[in-house]
Formats: sequence, C-alpha cells, structure tokens
Amino acid sequence: MTNLEKYNKVFMETLEIEESKLEGLEYQAIPLWDSVGHMSLIAALEDKFDLMMDTEDIIDFSSFEKGKEILSANYGVEF
Amino acid sequence: MDLLKNKVCLITGTNRGIGAALLESFSRERAIVYANARQEGSIDEQVQGLKKTYGAAVVPVYFDIRDTTSLKNVMLKIQKEQGRLDVLVNNAGIMKDALIGMASKELMRDIFETNVFASMELLQYAARIMKKNNSGSIINFSSIVGVQGNKGQIVYSASKGAVISMTKTASKELAPYHIRVNAVAPGMIDTDMFHSIGEVHIQEHLDRIGMGRLGTPGEVADACVMLASDYARYITGQIIGVDGAAVV
Repeated sequence: MTNLEKYNKVFMETLEIEESKLEGLEYQAIPLWDSVGHMSLIAALEDKFDLMMDTEDIIDFSSFEKGKEILSANYGVEF
Repeated sequence: MDLLKNKVCLITGTNRGIGAALLESFSRERAIVYANARQEGSIDEQVQGLKKTYGAAVVPVYFDIRDTTSLKNVMLKIQKEQGRLDVLVNNAGIMKDALIGMASKELMRDIFETNVFASMELLQYAARIMKKNNSGSIINFSSIVGVQGNKGQIVYSASKGAVISMTKTASKELAPYHIRVNAVAPGMIDTDMFHSIGEVHIQEHLDRIGMGRLGTPGEVADACVMLASDYARYITGQIIGVDGAAVV
C-alpha cells in the first residue's frame, strides 16, 4: 500500500467518508471532523506512519491537502 | 507491595527532594520508571542503587522539560520502547519568592514556563499516548500555597493555582478515555527547597502545622503511589493535600 493509500484510508475510516470526497475536505466541514474527530484522526495517522506530531502541526492541520504537506515537510512521509 | 507492577511511568524532576523520593517509592512498587532530570548523569548513581535494592527498571532520561523537542523525543522513546504510558508525574518545578511590587515579568515567565507551561505540554503529549490504551493516571504538583495563597509568593502561588485548574479541566476532558488527572498539594516538606526559606523562619512555620512536624518527601511520594495505582481507579479531578493539617 502506498503512503497516499494509507493516508486516504485513515481519513475514510476515521471520518467515515468516501474516497471521492476527500479532495478539498477541510477541518470542521463535516460533523465527524470536529475537534474530537481531529484528535482521533491525528492518533490514527500517528499509528499508521509511526510518528508523533508536534502540537503546532496538529493545530495547522486544517485540511486533507494541508495534512499531506505537513507529513511530507516535517516527518519525511513521501506522497 | 507491587502496587505499580509493570506500570510504565514518567516522573519529572527526580534528582532531589520529593522527586528523588518518588523515584524510590515507584521503584519499590515495581513500576517501570522513566526518570527525568535536567543535568546529564545527575541521577545515574541513584538509579544504580535502586536497581541493586529493588531490582528496579529505571531508565534515566535527561532533558529540560521546557524544551519541547526533547520532551517530545522522550515521549516518542517511551511509546516505541513500551508501547504505552500508564502514569505521568509532573513533579519538576521551581520556587522563587517575590513581594508584590517586586515580581518582575522575567520572574513570572520563568516560574510559569516550568510550573505551568511545561507541565501542560507534558500532560498533552502523555494524554495522547494514554488515549490509545484508554487508560492512564496523570499526577500534577500543586502546593498548599496554590490553595491558600501565601505572603511573598504571588507568582509561585499563582502558578500552583493554575496547576489546580489545569488538573480539574483535564480530568473532565480525559475522563471518557479513563485517564485520571489529580494533583497533590504538599504542605511544608523537609526538602532543600523548603529550607531555602531560611532556618529562622522554619520554627514559625512549624507552629502552623497541626501535626507539629514537617512532612517527609516519602510521605508525598506515597500519596502519589496511591493516585498512580489501581486503588485510585475512580478518583479524578482531586487536589490531595499532603500537609499534616498545615495553615499558611
């Protein structure tokens, strides 16, 4: 499984959303991506990619695309 | 007694005073302890002694709790090595006195950076690891002066008051994950920190302790053992005074 597939899967499972709706998805745009869902999403991504994110990065993680940027720039996850 | 057998614990500020007693008590109760101190090598000898006496599993982790990167790396290390964190004891702290009118902004920042911000940051990272196992115990360090206030300690007492509200809020937010958050509020304890007020003042303080004596670091540590253990499994959001009925 590629990193992009893993990343998408975490979103789909945690936020119960179809893959076709991931692009352009923003924090708090759907009920399940609220602050509690956000922490669950971060925990699932940390498990999947075996890393621990900085608090600042968790706060900046504002969309599906921004999350990829952060993981790539700060944690060496290549997409 | 094995009250903490195989519980993975991180204790900050273990090089002296109450921190050293915490390290001893948690080792005696068979916890796996990650023991923090700031100065490299400063607790090596103590750790060797505990290994000999109790067969303790103690891992020294040297870092300044105000350094976010080091703090995060230690959390990551614990997660990788143990796969979980059961207990955080936020013991490290500093005490500096100043009368109203003489408390500089620098002093305020210094005390709050250690006693509040670093503790809060540790709590946040610890909670993230604990949530994954749906259990945990976080023990913060307030003080009798955080509850009652004290002359000459406007900054220190405010920082310890902040620890109380942090504890109460965190206990509510983390209860659904079965993570308990409590604080101890030591009174006058026989440590170097307490003696730094000057021997002249000690007698006058002794007169204000119902039990007529200073507490020992071990007595505070034992209260923390109880809070860390499963005996406290339904206790959260509490500020436990360990003060022998002292009044400040």
